[in-house]
Amino acid sequence: MKFSKYITISIALVASLAFVQCSDDDDNVIIADATCNDGIQNGDETGVDCGGTACGPCATAFEGTYAQEDQMGRPGINTVFGTDGMKDEFNVTTPSNMGTQFQPDFEDKLLALNPGYTTNALGLDATTFTTVLASDVLWVAETGTTSYFNGTQVLTGRTLQDDVIDISLLLIFGGPDGSENPMLTSDFVDSNDANFSASFPYVVAAN
Amino acid sequence: MKRTKLLAAIAGIGIVVVAAIFVAADHIDAPAVAGSESDITDFYAFQGQNTDNLVFVTNVQGLLAPGSTDQAEFDENVLLEINIDRDNDLVEDLVIQMIRRNDSMYFFGPVEVGSNNTGLTSMIDTDAVRNSVKISDVGNVETSENNGMMFFAGPREDPFYFDFEQYNEVIAGNATGFEDPGTDTFAGTNVLSVVVEVPKSMLGSGATGANPLMPDTPIYNTWVESKRKQ
Repeated sequence: MKFSKYITISIALVASLAFVQCSDDDDNVIIADATCNDGIQNGDETGVDCGGTACGPCATAFEGTYAQEDQMGRPGINTVFGTDGMKDEFNVTTPSNMGTQFQPDFEDKLLALNPGYTTNALGLDATTFTTVLASDVLWVAETGTTSYFNGTQVLTGRTLQDDVIDISLLLIFGGPDGSENPMLTSDFVDSNDANFSASFPYVVAAN
Repeated sequence: MKRTKLLAAIAGIGIVVVAAIFVAADHIDAPAVAGSESDITDFYAFQGQNTDNLVFVTNVQGLLAPGSTDQAEFDENVLLEINIDRDNDLVEDLVIQMIRRNDSMYFFGPVEVGSNNTGLTSMIDTDAVRNSVKISDVGNVETSENNGMMFFAGPREDPFYFDFEQYNEVIAGNATGFEDPGTDTFAGTNVLSVVVEVPKSMLGSGATGANPLMPDTPIYNTWVESKRKQ
């Protein structure tokens, strides 16, 4: 009698645990223990259903103010067009302020890099080109193929395969038809040393 | 005479440009962040294998040698924040916030940013959808998936490629340009990578005209920031 009662209680407990675990579909915090979803602080939890060894971190673990140190949109922008003394400042400037603040410096730098610059393969004169680049955001197409440049798509994203160095060198040094300064318009490294994966996470195993 | 002058001019250009590009893309791009846990090395954004999705790859802590890669860690005090501007005012409308706690990377969003939370300082929006993935090590890949989003964090081969050795040759005055074929200096080095794949339906509509070179294509302006806990 007692024994069967005990079994009943055990089954009920197991069933309730299973139910609690299965019901947790509203976020992806791994529930290692059903007590992480029982609405009370128990075990070694540091808050209700959070903290401790079994549950995900509490919201309080993410509190605080975080201040900017680095920023990146397009590849190589700060490295190429930044000058000593402004690179740190560029990294802590919002994109909405970058154009006004840095476009003139970028244009000076472009003309210092390539004094013969007139326009580039995109037909952009020095002012227009550096206006585009100074606001350091990466354009990404909502629909369709994404590519830094593939002959058809122009700055609609950046894939792992895109040869952004050659594209940048060509636009800086290649002149209107890409034929100028031929030994400066490519580094002649045309692809990564490892092949990327076609599926998530796309980047491949560390060496 | 003329030819010599031209060669000298090109050599001069070569020195300046390669020095400037250095170990681009954004690896050690500025003195304050070079070599730190907040140094972003690269940012990629592209259409996923599932073309209804966009993929964001954020790499930090570049030039990790194979032997020491498993010692590199994401800093719990460094927030990585993907910014998405969909109306082309260059102010973020959505963010995805990513930060390590213990052995996992936590992801908040994509979530709309309140107007008081844009710009250079951020609070983590713990009311946003939270996801996580256990951080991988070199030999063990962990991914997670929830509501159509996918997550990865851990060491990966550096996808960036560039001939840095030839840079040294040009800097040393031994060359006037790149060599054909070049040599990928980043071959064999690793980075810490965070990859998040998001259904486009979570991002809303981009802005046409944002990219003047592709004026009919709806565009999101995207960028990534690293922010340190104060």
